[in-house]
Amino acid sequence: MGTLLRDTGTVFRRAMRMSLRNPAWLVIMMMQPILYIVLFGPLLEPLSGQLGAGNAYQIFVPGILVQLGIFGSLFVGFGLIAEYRAGVIESQRVTPASRTALLLGRVLRDVVVLVVQGTLLVLVSIPLGLRAPLLGVLLTLAVVALLGAAFASISYALALTLKSEDAFAPLLNAFVLPVLLLSGILLPMTLAPRWLQTISDINPLKHVVSGAREFFLGGYGTPAAWWGAALTLALAVLGWWFGVRRFRRESS
Amino acid sequence: MLGPVIHARGLARTFRKKKQEVHAVVGVDLDVEAGEIVGFLGPNGAGKTTTLRMLTTLLEPTAGTATVAGCDLITDPVGVRRRIGYVSQSGSTAPEARAGEEVVDHARLYGMTTAEATERGKRLFSELDLDGLWERQPKTLSGGQRRRLDIAVGLVHVPELVFLDEPTTGLDPQARANLWTHIQALREERGTTVFLTTHYLDEADALCDRILVIDHGLIVASGTPDELKSQVGGDVLTVTVQRQDQVGEVARLVGGLHGAEAPQVVDDRVVGRVRHGGAALVELVRGLDRADIAISGIESRRPSLDDVFLGLTGRSLRDAEPPASAAPEEVAV
Repeated sequence: MGTLLRDTGTVFRRAMRMSLRNPAWLVIMMMQPILYIVLFGPLLEPLSGQLGAGNAYQIFVPGILVQLGIFGSLFVGFGLIAEYRAGVIESQRVTPASRTALLLGRVLRDVVVLVVQGTLLVLVSIPLGLRAPLLGVLLTLAVVALLGAAFASISYALALTLKSEDAFAPLLNAFVLPVLLLSGILLPMTLAPRWLQTISDINPLKHVVSGAREFFLGGYGTPAAWWGAALTLALAVLGWWFGVRRFRRESS
Repeated sequence: MLGPVIHARGLARTFRKKKQEVHAVVGVDLDVEAGEIVGFLGPNGAGKTTTLRMLTTLLEPTAGTATVAGCDLITDPVGVRRRIGYVSQSGSTAPEARAGEEVVDHARLYGMTTAEATERGKRLFSELDLDGLWERQPKTLSGGQRRRLDIAVGLVHVPELVFLDEPTTGLDPQARANLWTHIQALREERGTTVFLTTHYLDEADALCDRILVIDHGLIVASGTPDELKSQVGGDVLTVTVQRQDQVGEVARLVGGLHGAEAPQVVDDRVVGRVRHGGAALVELVRGLDRADIAISGIESRRPSLDDVFLGLTGRSLRDAEPPASAAPEEVAV
């Protein structure tokens, strides 16, 4: 256990240091959430009457947070493929370091980045009109961190399996677009016709988004809120299991 | 250290590719003694890399047993990892990182403290002529410097056994010669056992105490470079005649030498293989004298490792490279 924590710390610091040293990456990471809020948020304001309770940002911000958690994290595998090609992964695998730590250290970096981005997004939304209870915002950030950990693990596991950007990119694209459209992230699915709602009901991420919106409205006890949280936990366990299993396998 | 540093018996690896079993390594038996520099030769696809990956715990064998640096490969891979260093062909550092930090982080994964690792890393940098490059990004280093940085990474935890996977591939001749001295110093100065794969026969010849040749997943020869040469090739005898019409008679004489194979005639030269060049030379000169044949040249030369390799595998090392995509999928059976 001691070595697991130590190794995780080493891998985490190395990953974080490299991210922070990349100025282009820093700018993009900070700009992305701001662009969403500033360039897309105003479109929703006239619609807020049709969207149900609360103001437009109470609907929109949790959706964007969940989107960051899922889709931002899914792309972290590209970095791993680059590391693999440079021989870094293999050279770490011949050390006695815990296999779990090699994954956990990287996922931790991604989660920290995600929470910073999410906090920034919430802060930027306040002057534009967001009003939401603090507890709801914190709960949502926790959900987003868990989601991020799950999807980052999945992304790393897939990247380590495919080992090629050319195979990884189309796989992600095939997954991202339908899931995004059926999750109600950009607009709530309550606006959709019956058949579209039925299809989106199958998508667990839709329920995660609904749960986050409940949190932002202060509805902590509603079934929607806890369904979302429970599904997030399940996804986190599943994603983590998948990632660790891949990293533990001898031949990779 | 008691017993061999590497002791493998029947080590095998089978991959499954499209429902077909590919026997990448059929069954390797090998022993490496402490302090040896052993060269592992073989054309691509012969099982060289697969064997190396098994011995370094990166790939689980499908059969066989091995002890590496005193630890059982199957039951104690972590113990093996603690004691070995591995310098892979693909490198070990991120191009955007800082050279020194990569070495220190790597050492920390072996349980060293940052202070220990920094001290040891800086000493390795100066031993490997990397002074002043601690803060540099690996992408800004030359090929030779990067390879030496990889070696520093592989040695930072003071392993007793180090695996070098084609250490000089892609380097210019000067950088290669330079790296050879560093590899020799590993053994001379700290008694490290070195197991290296290479495509270059001159490298194996110059650097290795012993050579193992693998082909079709089996070790086909083992010995010092000289042993291998005398075991397989014999010596190569070349006679250049003065009068073209006597070439046939010279060929007959060469073919009649003790332990000779049928010679070849190339223009005014007769090239034959004999078991012992020195003795054959004397015998041949006497014969030529008796037959009153004038020659303009005669020489006996030791076969090169290239001759040896050709004789063993039927392939020349560099001709026999299939494209990288033909490597079998790494799916355990």
